[in-house]
Amino acid sequence: MLDFEPFYLSLKLALATTVILFIVGIPLAYFLAFNRSRWNVLLEALVGLPLVLPPSVLGFYLLLAFSPQNVVGKFLDDFFDVRLVFTFPGLVIASVIYSLPFMIQPVQSGFSMVPRSLVETAYTLGKNKFTVLTRVLLPNMKAALITGCVLSFAHTIGEFGIVLMVGGNIPHETRVISVVIYDEVEAMNYRHAGVYSSILLIFSFLVLVSVYLVNRRALKVHYQS
Amino acid sequence: MNCQAQGKILVAAASDLKFALDSVIAVFKKKDAGTVEVTYGSSGKLFEQISNSAPFDMFFSADVEYPKLLKEKKLTLSDAYIYGVGRIVIWSKKIDPSKEGMKSLLDPSVKKVAIANPAHAPYGKRAEEALLHYKFMEAVKPKLVFGENISQAAQFVTTGAADIGIVAYSLALSPNMLKENGKYFLIPENAHKRLEQTVVITQHAKGNALAQTFLTFVKSDDAKKVLAHYGFK
Repeated sequence: MLDFEPFYLSLKLALATTVILFIVGIPLAYFLAFNRSRWNVLLEALVGLPLVLPPSVLGFYLLLAFSPQNVVGKFLDDFFDVRLVFTFPGLVIASVIYSLPFMIQPVQSGFSMVPRSLVETAYTLGKNKFTVLTRVLLPNMKAALITGCVLSFAHTIGEFGIVLMVGGNIPHETRVISVVIYDEVEAMNYRHAGVYSSILLIFSFLVLVSVYLVNRRALKVHYQS
Repeated sequence: MNCQAQGKILVAAASDLKFALDSVIAVFKKKDAGTVEVTYGSSGKLFEQISNSAPFDMFFSADVEYPKLLKEKKLTLSDAYIYGVGRIVIWSKKIDPSKEGMKSLLDPSVKKVAIANPAHAPYGKRAEEALLHYKFMEAVKPKLVFGENISQAAQFVTTGAADIGIVAYSLALSPNMLKENGKYFLIPENAHKRLEQTVVITQHAKGNALAQTFLTFVKSDDAKKVLAHYGFK
């Protein structure tokens, strides 16, 4: 008896995470790409941390932060009646942090790939920064934006450690597909685990193929022009 | 956050109950209206989560200690009820513990012995006690591998990742483990602390009558019969 709700939950989580990351990611990547301060490296390192940190470390700190027994969690609980441990919104926040570099890094390099001449021409024509961003930069880095979104989405679908620590395997709330597979293996339901896993395997493969396709086309356009 | 529909409870249960409790719930569903959903894990981990306000309405522990601690923290709504006394078995696909008994743990072909993590899984703790009781600890210690909970320890032996393991009797009697064609030996009860297992209704169930209904059912003969089928006394 296969249950598709965990897939839906994973998709919902990945979609929410990607939308938030897209909104947060563009200004942050813009800042990282164009700010020439030497402190930039520190911010860059901070954004890249989830790439190298074990999910258990991130999960541990998030648990501490979210717990209603500690300052942040207590504040949210007392003033907004919001609980982040073991809830879907908590998972979204955790995923945004965890997948941050997967959005920022492609978008940041996308910003630096746009020819300076284009940007400078626009400034000479008296366009302000916002117009340059929306009319010149973003339209010329679509591949980077797509890559950022697809990778953030796929990475969130693939999350496991943090989800288990912060989400705690609650049905309909935080029991996403990766957790279900872990559960099925533990219950020795290898057939179910196999079916779920192969769906994820095919999905992940297709995601990567599409990313490489998009990038290849973008490179071609880049060299032809 | 409360996303609970009416007539629904969420239960946290020790991993040794994975199949036993599923069967109990299946029988319960036929009699009463209401949905009982379960999250399995090690008792210690579930205890931590409940202490940190996880939305569980009931807690089936694999010991008496964790529910007692919850009660001390004033996080329970009912007294602890002993729903069963579990047993541990030595289980293997590779050698035949039913013939060799405790000695099978010392078999030279055994490279890895799976038990549950004694730090937060009561079944792991009891396994450790049994090893100490037979003075096998020194010989077995370098070969021990730890499952995050007893179900994972069972998974280690059924996949053959570990040659032999000390797992819950209730799991050894489950269809998923029976079909693996392993052999087991029931470890004598005097080798470890009694595996009394208790259940409590937790704070989160406040105002949810289904928790009490389900607890009453767990105390019924019907439920006891199912639990006995999985080796609980």
